[in-house]
Order: sequence, then C-alpha cells, then structure tokens
Amino acid sequence: MALTDAVEIAASPEAIAARLAASRYLADESLATAIFLAIRLGKPLLLEGAPGVGKTEAAKAVAELLGRELVRLQCYEGIDAAHALYEWNYQRQLLAIRHAGEHEIDIYDDRFLIARPLLQVLRAPDQRVLLVDEIDRSDHEFEALLLEFLSDFQISIPERGTIRAATQPIVILTSNRTRELAEALRRRCVYHWIGYPDAAREAEIIMLRASDVAEATARAVANAVQEIRARPLAKPPGIAEAVEWANAATILEKGGCQWPEAFRRAIGVLIKDEEDLTAIAPGLGKIVEEALA
Amino acid sequence: MRDLNNPFSPFTGRRCPEGADEGQRQPPMSALPLTCLPASSPRKRGEEGLPQAAAPFLGFARLLRRHAFAIAPEQITSFMQAVTLLGPRSMNDIREAALATLAPSPDRRSEFEAHFRAYFYGDAKPSIEGEEDEETRIKDDRGTREEEKQTTRREKGGELSSALEQLSSRDFQRDIDGLGQFRRKLASALPPRRSFRTTRTRSRGTLDLRRSLSEIVSADGDIPSPQLRRRQTVPRKLLLLIDVSGSMKLHTADYLKLAHATVQGADRAEIFTFGTRLTRVTSALRIRDRGQALARAALLVDDWDGGTRMGPTLLALLSVPRFSAFARGACVVILSDALERGDHAAFQTAMRRLSDRAFRLSLATPLAGDPRFRPATDALRAILPVLDDLVDGSSVRSLSDFILALARHAPAAEAIWKRVS
Repeated sequence: MALTDAVEIAASPEAIAARLAASRYLADESLATAIFLAIRLGKPLLLEGAPGVGKTEAAKAVAELLGRELVRLQCYEGIDAAHALYEWNYQRQLLAIRHAGEHEIDIYDDRFLIARPLLQVLRAPDQRVLLVDEIDRSDHEFEALLLEFLSDFQISIPERGTIRAATQPIVILTSNRTRELAEALRRRCVYHWIGYPDAAREAEIIMLRASDVAEATARAVANAVQEIRARPLAKPPGIAEAVEWANAATILEKGGCQWPEAFRRAIGVLIKDEEDLTAIAPGLGKIVEEALA
Repeated sequence: MRDLNNPFSPFTGRRCPEGADEGQRQPPMSALPLTCLPASSPRKRGEEGLPQAAAPFLGFARLLRRHAFAIAPEQITSFMQAVTLLGPRSMNDIREAALATLAPSPDRRSEFEAHFRAYFYGDAKPSIEGEEDEETRIKDDRGTREEEKQTTRREKGGELSSALEQLSSRDFQRDIDGLGQFRRKLASALPPRRSFRTTRTRSRGTLDLRRSLSEIVSADGDIPSPQLRRRQTVPRKLLLLIDVSGSMKLHTADYLKLAHATVQGADRAEIFTFGTRLTRVTSALRIRDRGQALARAALLVDDWDGGTRMGPTLLALLSVPRFSAFARGACVVILSDALERGDHAAFQTAMRRLSDRAFRLSLATPLAGDPRFRPATDALRAILPVLDDLVDGSSVRSLSDFILALARHAPAAEAIWKRVS
C-alpha cells in the first residue's frame, strides 16, 4: 500500500530532511518535523511565509521525496468548483448525443468528465500530492469549499454520486498571509511558518541552486542579503532573488568586472522596487564590502 | 516503528520528583525529557481516562487558551499524537510539535515561546510586554475571539457595563447622531468594484457557455434560449485610520462611534488607530453593542492622547503584508489633523505608497471645519498632490455624509484647495 510507503519514507524528521536534501531542498529541523507530522498524522500541511522563502519549492520537494506526481491548484480571486473540482465536457456531450441518434447513451460517462486538481488527487491519492498554492488569494467561498474537501476527502457529483479517496491524500497548502485564513482551516492543518534562512543556510542553498557560484561568493551574497533584509524595504529580497544575484554577479565577474563592482551592478536582480533601490544605494557599497570581508 | 496503539507509551509510569507541580519548577531539559504530575495530584475534571503523563500537554493548551490563543480540541489531540510520534526525544520535539499543531500565528510567536518556556521549563513569568525598541509597535486584536469577549463581558458585567448597555441601545433607538441611518446606507453607498465572480442575468451579459450547454444537454439537444452571465459588482473595502493623539482628543470618541457603525454596516471594513503606535481594532468593533465594542476597543489602544508619529506608524501599517493588503483597491479614509511634527519625509512616503495602493485616499481633518482653514503646513502641502480628498472631519455628520458620497466622483483635493486659496 502506498500509505505504508509514505510512512516508511517518513520514518523520522531526520530521514525526511535527508531525503529533502537529496531532492536539492535544504529544510531546517522545524520544517522537516512539520512535514513528518503532516504525513504521519494524515493532516494537510499549511505553509505560510513571506514571498520568496521557498514554500512552493518545499511542496515540490515533498512530492519528489515521496516519488509522487505534484498536482498544483493555483488560487485566484473567483476560483470556483468548476476550476477546482470537476467540469463536464459539454461540447463532447452534445456531439455524443448527436452521434448516438436513436441509441441510448450515458452522457455522464467518465469520458465526458474533466477532472480538475482536487478530483485528480482523489482518484489516485497514493500517486499524487496536492498543492493548493497561494490560498490567501482565493475568496472566502472557495475557502469554505476547500474546507469541506479537506475534512472528508470526498466530492459529490450530482450525476454520478460521491467519489471518495481510497486513502488519505497528502495535501500542502501555501499562503503569503496577505489576508487571514479561516480559523477552521488553520486548525485542521499542521502549520509551519517558513522564515528567511540564516546566512549559513542561505549560502548552502545558493551553492546548491547555482552551481557556478564559488563558495566565497555565496557566503558574501548570503551575508549581504541578510543585511539588506534588515532594512525597511517595501519588498525584501527572497531566496530566489539572492540566488539570481549570486549568479548575475558571477557572470559579470567572469566578464571582467571587479568584485564589489559586480555586486553593485547586478543589484537589479535582487531589488526590484525603484524606491527600495534609491533607499539602499548609498549604503550598498559598505554592505557588500563588509559581506566580502 | 513506535507503538501507536498506546499513545503515551514512552512516558506512562514515569514519576516526577515530588513537588513538580504543573511545570512550575522543572529540572533542566537534559535531566528529564518530560514533565508530569506527581502521582498524588488530583485530576481535574475531564481528564479521567487520560494517561497521567498527558496532563502537562492538556495543561499547556489550556494555559494558551487563557491567554487568548484560539485552540480547538482537535488541535490538542493532534498535539499529543505529534508528541508521541516524535518520541519525544527532547524538549525541542515537544516545542516543534506544539508549533506545528497548535499553530500560533507568527505575530504572537514570541509570546508563545515565552509561555512554552514558562510552562515546561518553569522560567519566570513570561514578560511579553518587553522588547521596547525604535520600531513602531503594532497590535493586532485578532487573537481574542468572540467567545472570550463574551466571557470577559460577563465577568466584568457589573453595574457600570449594564448601564452602558442601556445607554447605547437608547442611542440607537433615537439615532441622535444619524449613525443608525449611516450604518444602513453604507453597504450600498460604497463605490463598487467588478468581482471575478459572475452572476446570472437576463440581459446585458456574455454567453454562459457552461450553463447554456448543460441546459441543452438536459433538453436532449434542443436549443432553448441562451443563458447569460455578467461579472458581479461588490462594494470596495473601506479602511479607516483614526488618529488618537492628544491633538485629536475632542474627536476620537466620535470617530470611534463612526468606526463602530462602519464595521457594523460594511462587509469589509478595517479600522486602525494610530498615535505613537498602530492598533487594529476591527474585531473589537464587530461586537454589536456599541458601548461594549467601544469599551473593548478603548482597552486595546495603548497610546490614547499621546503624541503622533504619523509617518512611522503608517509605514508600519504598510510593512505588514496583511495590513497593506487591506489598503489595496480600498477607500482609505484617514481621520487626523495631519499635524506631523518635525520631518515629514516618512509621512510623505507613507502617503504616496498608500495612494498607490488605494482606490481613493482621503484625509478628513477637524481643522477644515473652520472656513478659514487652508492646507498651509509643510506636511499638508507635501501630501496634497497624492490626496484624492481633503475634507472636513469636525463632526460625525459631515464625516458620515462624506463616506456615503465616496462613490461619487469629485475633483482631486489639490484642484479644490488651489481654487480656494
């Protein structure tokens, strides 16, 4: 059974962390524990954190470590059952009615059913991991629908009856916390707040993600980014931006640019807000020099 | 694997040194992975059938509840299961389990940690008030839930509050200040926004393929009249920012009454107060009874009648993603005299950012009640270009009329005040 597979893989938080590292995702102890608990308690995992701390990446890594396919449902305002659960293929139904002529035809057959992410996961819970991405973007109506889905793992299709998951699917929800989620949703999940990593871990992540970057560069970038995040910016740089910055600076340096200068010229990939750029510009030289030292 | 049938197998039967009572005095974590009650400790109601060693976890959850953390029974169950699953090999396992299952909100994380240390390590009373620093402090009232409000109401419900209750209900009946009418009109008076949800319509819409086709299918291929749909319109959000500094002393009480009517009347309204700090009072004002709601809000605000730091507090609002999301596409009304002392650069930045996010940014100042008022201070002149409205906020009547007219077009504040001066 697949569930026992999952239990075997999730033997301990350390086992999870090791496997995540093998999928090129560095998780801290706390995140590994949360993933472990979510799998073993059979509850959805709710990941919250600032944009760019690797919430979606974490979900991808979990799918990879379990050897399952990731089914992603991106939320947006106005998302509804037809986008999340299922939809009938009306055009095909119409054609089929025409084509059948006098014969009897079941127009609610499987071939007319378009499975959307939630139904896809219900049908093969042991082969798929569901990622409900940026749930804070959806509205309260959808949150209620999701809540119902998460509590019973079943979907009722009026024409077909109720479809139930054979085993408990693994579900990961992410939120940027632009609004508060319903308490009911929070308490049904295993919760983890992903913060920015510390400098050492961030340097490791940069080296893992950008193989061209030298260790000293990665360290310098990690230190500088820590310092920049501490400033009051409208949009603090995420991990992905830090990786890009390290990459960009390395490319510039190979093109013949000096070190501190290369960092300064590549700043556009790290900070993408004009106001932030002007705010950080005067102190940038000092930050980079200190980080390089 | 560990024995799952016996949920508390790792620690049943273990005894604490005598006197270790509910985590008040605990040995250091290396010595003992877990705390438990002494054997003779009388069990509380509802704990029969629970292994003794589980009591501390239940106790911890209860402690958090007493401090207005919202914790459901199923979360406590998960917490205990999680502790069992993790071993627990160390105190850190218990901490991780608590964080993952009891899910304290990130804003209250440090408070949670303090309670954890106090409870499981027996540290001194958690000092949550600490961390006084340069940054503007932000207070969010969401931790307290409706139920708790009810209980405190009962506890405190002496003569004073019952008298208050009567008073305010009479107010509503007579509707002296016109707020009852304001409340009823508000939802339909706010400027509309097109939602991404669609609604059925008989005319003026696009073809609703999904419903039309399902109609055709159910009619066996006959083509009945096509079904139409149209995007819904919903009222925009309303964000009220109330200045509670000393210079606004005469008006804050009125403003809070208005805020209460706003929260009661509009679906999506958010209220913050600011002076030297920023406080979110929306959920306090959700209490239907005005007297109770205002008393509750008054307790939340720490910086009554103090100084103002408009720039830093507004920037603090914008720096919290959840709060700045309230401003996006909303009508933002700031109730303040905008007397920013000293350097107004931060104030100007904050206002510009707010106006970038907001649908309409208005400043209502009580000073404008005077016909001789001109936006002459440096701060006002600096922000005038980004303001949509600069209006009179000296009375509830003028303010409520203004808010009800937000949907109507008006020339930009700068144009109006240029004409006057």
